[in-house]
Amino acid sequence: MFSLLRVVAQRFALGLLTLFIVSLVIASIVELLPGDITQAILGQTATPETVEAFRRELGIDRPVHERYIEWLKGMVTGDMGKSLANKREISDLVGTRLSNTLFLGGFAAAIAVPLSLFLGLLAALYRNSIFDRGINLFTLTSISFPEFFVAYILILLFAVKTGWFPGISNVSTDLALGDKLFRTLLPAATLTLVVVAHMMRMTRAAIINLLSSDYIEMAHLKGIRPMRVIFYHALPNAWGPIVNVIALNLAYLVVGVVIVEVVFVYPGLGQLLVDSVSKRDVPVVQACSMIFAGVYILLNLLADIVSIVTNPRLLHPR
Amino acid sequence: MAELERLKMKLERGKISRREFLSRVSAMGLAATAPALYSATAMGGPKKGGRLRSAVAHGSTTDMLDPATYENGFMSTVGYALQNHLGEVDETGAMVPELAESWEVSNGAKTWAFNLRQGVEFHNGKTLDSDDVIASFQHHMGDDTKSPAKGLLEQVESMRKDGPNQVIFELTGGNADFAYIAADYHIAIKAAKDGKIEANDGIGTSGYVLKDFDPGVRCFMTRNPNYWKEGRAHFDEVEMLSVIDPAARTNALTTGEVDVMDRVDLKTAHLLAREAGVRVEETTGTKHYTFPMRTDTPPFDDNNVRMALKHALNREEIVEKVLFGHGVVGNDHPIAPSNPFHAATLEQRTYDPDKARFYADKAGGNIKVQLSAADAAFPGAVDAAVLYREHAAAAGIDIEVVREPNDGYWSNVWMKKPWCACYWGGRPTEDWMFSVAYQAGGSWNDTFWTHERFDQLLIDARAETDQAKRRAMYFEMQQIVRDEGGVVVPMFANYVFAMADKVQHGPLAGNWDMDGTKYIEKWWFA
Repeated sequence: MFSLLRVVAQRFALGLLTLFIVSLVIASIVELLPGDITQAILGQTATPETVEAFRRELGIDRPVHERYIEWLKGMVTGDMGKSLANKREISDLVGTRLSNTLFLGGFAAAIAVPLSLFLGLLAALYRNSIFDRGINLFTLTSISFPEFFVAYILILLFAVKTGWFPGISNVSTDLALGDKLFRTLLPAATLTLVVVAHMMRMTRAAIINLLSSDYIEMAHLKGIRPMRVIFYHALPNAWGPIVNVIALNLAYLVVGVVIVEVVFVYPGLGQLLVDSVSKRDVPVVQACSMIFAGVYILLNLLADIVSIVTNPRLLHPR
Repeated sequence: MAELERLKMKLERGKISRREFLSRVSAMGLAATAPALYSATAMGGPKKGGRLRSAVAHGSTTDMLDPATYENGFMSTVGYALQNHLGEVDETGAMVPELAESWEVSNGAKTWAFNLRQGVEFHNGKTLDSDDVIASFQHHMGDDTKSPAKGLLEQVESMRKDGPNQVIFELTGGNADFAYIAADYHIAIKAAKDGKIEANDGIGTSGYVLKDFDPGVRCFMTRNPNYWKEGRAHFDEVEMLSVIDPAARTNALTTGEVDVMDRVDLKTAHLLAREAGVRVEETTGTKHYTFPMRTDTPPFDDNNVRMALKHALNREEIVEKVLFGHGVVGNDHPIAPSNPFHAATLEQRTYDPDKARFYADKAGGNIKVQLSAADAAFPGAVDAAVLYREHAAAAGIDIEVVREPNDGYWSNVWMKKPWCACYWGGRPTEDWMFSVAYQAGGSWNDTFWTHERFDQLLIDARAETDQAKRRAMYFEMQQIVRDEGGVVVPMFANYVFAMADKVQHGPLAGNWDMDGTKYIEKWWFA
């Protein structure tokens, strides 16, 4: 148990280091973008004098490293700072957006993860059957289309033609949970279709890989039912790779949904990031990137822990 | 327009059909307004009630309620719904009083006295007086302001009040069109406290009161029961959604999630019009797309090169293929058919490869130029540039189309590269348009053009109050820009928008998108 904690602490520290590097990279990349926030906001009205005055007012006339260090100090103490564009606290700005994004991602994950595990197990159980081929064909088809196309198809079928679901996910804060689920079902279904193939096929492959090993053959020879062999004998040893793929896809559900947000007009974090980049609102870009990077790192850490716990060999590396 | 009134009457009495009405109004040259006239006439007067939901193609998380920061269609719509101005532009393009009841011009159009309407209340209960007006204008003046209206108000020498209901402006030079500037959408009249306005509170005198504003997402307003203006503000509640993606906007309208949308995707406008329960309408305003050449940079410093390029463009084909017919051809000057002094009798420039070749020879033979374009300039700008290249090739002119990135287009390409694509929302008056973009030294003179006679005419016409003389001056100026200016104006683009059948409106104003961006206060449900 002690060694597990040590591994976790190690990974955590590495994660923090990664976050730090990401923040450096983002800061320098945003600096490389042409123009700055004063030009983006003033647009056609930007004269050299107003640009200068505005830069001074925002404090961005100082050198990059000074601003970066100041930002880092704030970040360490939990202060994300204020948006340059509208002076609002970034924590307020990000708060509702983040909860919206997590809600949609969580909803999609709640459908996608059990569904793909279940389909993957069935496909492994009845491998090379019509069912197996059919489900592979379907999931591979849906992952091969760009997400906006999948989204438009769903809108066409379930909003325009039948009118069962709303064409846009207009969620205001005072909506009841049931309404909110109803209004976000189409975007969640889109995301599900996009991520299911990866997880389902990894589950199937991991299980099939194990099914050819000796101890499984032994289990079969003992006369155990196929379902039980898969659940009790194969699955516990297959968790490692499966959880890794699940973590990757969960991270994608949080950080990669900007297109789905745009198509369904869903006010999530991705849209905020896009707006802030186009306005060169550096502190907001930094905050959003930190959140996205943090989610990625945390989910991967979680996946590592799960695979270590389920595989004692990794607990005692020599 | 007596004929029009007669037709309206016949339609109301059922003597002519809708089809006949539309075709006869179209024959009178009012094609763009015909459906609007029909819907206003056929449905009787405006009715109160309902909740209007609109899908707006703009909006960003960085938006603010401060009128000095309005830079997109979402915020100008919000601004018009919450706040009034001294005057407003009506459907004929004329300036009519709003918070100012009337105004008097004297001293060669240098002194403007605005008489304020009495008994108008702000949403917070304060009564409008001259201090509010002065503070509201001062918000856009001085060194600290970042307001786009700053340049417009540089001509104001002083403001003073004469009692609680009159404000007198002294200008540095005569300007017969100052009322238009005073009604610019940035210069909203807000309540003053200790000589300053609270810019970000969203409080105004207009027909709707702000309830909820989530920048880049949504704005919710309810009717001001205390609104002073008669016959306006019909909806009980208004919900605006920012829907940037054109397909999502179209979906929202066709599935009944919203009642109106702006910026119909021109490629699919004809399909949307076929949809049951949805109407597509359009107005021709002052919005135009241009290809400005830097006249201070070779080879564009030679007018023969400019003339060759102006003759080497097939405008009809561009309107047909880039605007899908939703627009009219331009005549290489920025004055729109809807502007009061548009030179309608000025000969229309046409595609003429022979003339282009003639000017090219005068310029010394081979013309090889680069044209920078990106769709940030206007939708279809790259396609237009490529078409231009083909047209010019027939005249032996070699245009190389340089595709620029959308991001940063306005800071890195426009007014930097020698020749690029550009878009202008246009201005309601000739003077305004010419001053911002064609006067020597103007801050957005994107052709870097100087023309002595033109600049002289501009200043003379500004102070001239004799309408016939002004018309003659503006005619000459349009001619000068057309024949000697640095800009190619291929087209004026229509504003195209769509609404559910139950949404009704009167005659449409064309000065901005969506009925002068005042649909929230002007339209109603049948």
